Amino acid sequence: MGEHRYDPVTGQYTTGHKWDGIEELYTPLPRWWVITLVITFAIAIIYALLYPGWPTTRFYFPGLLGWTSAGELKTEKDAARAAQAHWRDQIAAKPVSEIAQSEELRTFAITGGRSLFNQNCAACHGLGAGGQQGQFPSLIDDDWLWGGKLDDIYLTIAHGIRNEDAESRQSEMPPFGEMLSAEEISAVADYVLTLSDAKAVEGRKALPGAAIYEANCAGCHGAEGEGMREMGVPRLKDQIWLYGDSKESIVHQIGKPRMGSMPSWKPRLGDDAVKMLTIYVHSLGGGE
Amino acid sequence: MNHAIVEKSAALLFMLTFIVISIGGLVQIVPLFKIDTTVTPVEGVRPYTPLEQLGRNVYTREGCYTCHSQMIRPFRDEVERYGHYSIPAESMYDHPFLWGSKRTGPDLARVGGKYSNAWQLAHMVDPRSVVPESIMPSYAFLKNKPLHLDDLDLHLKALKSVGVPYSEEMLEKARADVEAQATGQGDTEALLKRYPKAKLGDFDGNPSTITEMDALIAYLQVLGTLVDFSEPDAAGATPAK
Repeated sequence: MGEHRYDPVTGQYTTGHKWDGIEELYTPLPRWWVITLVITFAIAIIYALLYPGWPTTRFYFPGLLGWTSAGELKTEKDAARAAQAHWRDQIAAKPVSEIAQSEELRTFAITGGRSLFNQNCAACHGLGAGGQQGQFPSLIDDDWLWGGKLDDIYLTIAHGIRNEDAESRQSEMPPFGEMLSAEEISAVADYVLTLSDAKAVEGRKALPGAAIYEANCAGCHGAEGEGMREMGVPRLKDQIWLYGDSKESIVHQIGKPRMGSMPSWKPRLGDDAVKMLTIYVHSLGGGE
Repeated sequence: MNHAIVEKSAALLFMLTFIVISIGGLVQIVPLFKIDTTVTPVEGVRPYTPLEQLGRNVYTREGCYTCHSQMIRPFRDEVERYGHYSIPAESMYDHPFLWGSKRTGPDLARVGGKYSNAWQLAHMVDPRSVVPESIMPSYAFLKNKPLHLDDLDLHLKALKSVGVPYSEEMLEKARADVEAQATGQGDTEALLKRYPKAKLGDFDGNPSTITEMDALIAYLQVLGTLVDFSEPDAAGATPAK
């Protein structure tokens, strides 16, 4: 080790380190830089004391502030709920029929219901609620499988259709392919097609399918094909066909019926949300 | 100590470096020896049924995790959209876990039960038929691929060896359980006893064959459904007491 020597060329002292005659200048870090470094150490220690993180042998040190991400979330959710409390409390307390009568609550429910619908329902029923031919029913027309009154819509959304929810809507069309011959099914399909055809009223009863329909189908679908909403039985006298209006699709539907299923939304979204969705869906055009 | 001594002796420098690094390591590792588990157990969480597990294998094989995370973070925007934030116990039997921090598609941690099987099928076959703006590729081929069951017991044994509590009975009945769950026929009662809340039935609309589509939809339909968050205990299980 050499000594700290003043180096006249640079005007600085040397560190005393010397290798093969080469000396190292003493150029310390700038004071402001060192102070900044010390401050960041101090902030790190304060931060570690305030917030959770340090492990112990039992669990971990929760921090002096008692902060948790779950707690922060709760604060934010409570604040958002409190901001809407005026309307949300009334929606929680009232049945859908009363909510729909109040202009103020109805507006609130439709606005909230729209964003709930777009997030949760649009995947099947479409963003405009037009449904999808062959898969998912339209919600904007007058044809309702399970009823289009507020209370009907509420029940359908809350508990769903054909799912594990004990209160979900349940019904089953038997597979007539196992009970009727291919000719009989074809005949009854021809007859079913006449139910929605005003021009075919005359002479309809003379069709070979009429008796088969009377014996097998009229019990649920009604003598004139009016359907039965308590059981989700589709109306056959209109031109709205979920699973297709060709004879081929009707034959298929009689032989091996497809039946839609819908999740129950009350457990997932909560009762308030179901009420808002009900008002929104009812407002789309088909509501009764 | 004059640091010239340390700088000039490689052995001493190595030893002192080792000691310093060890302290950092021990502070992190030793507490883990003292606690039984880093995950608070929560009521309802169970190992995947064999069919769900095979569906999970399809999910990882097809790389679904590259676009879909399975972790709802405790932020209001996420909770409002996807449901209760994910808790550690919900992925305690995931090997590997599929949390993820990047989303191209939506988070799937709670997709179970959100859509019907028919929707899941239509969406896999042609995503744009149900979600017009979707950029997801079609996975229609899965419904034509029979589910490969020959190495099922090896998969379950491997999971058991890393701590998933499959019992001897579960391993023995694995094949029967796959068939019972994918068809809704057979000993479904025993299946539900072994794996409560399992969804039964033909998932892909083709009852004659058990396909990879059946397995994948069975897996998607169980995601996030095992913990009942309406019970106050379940939600409280997340933060440390």
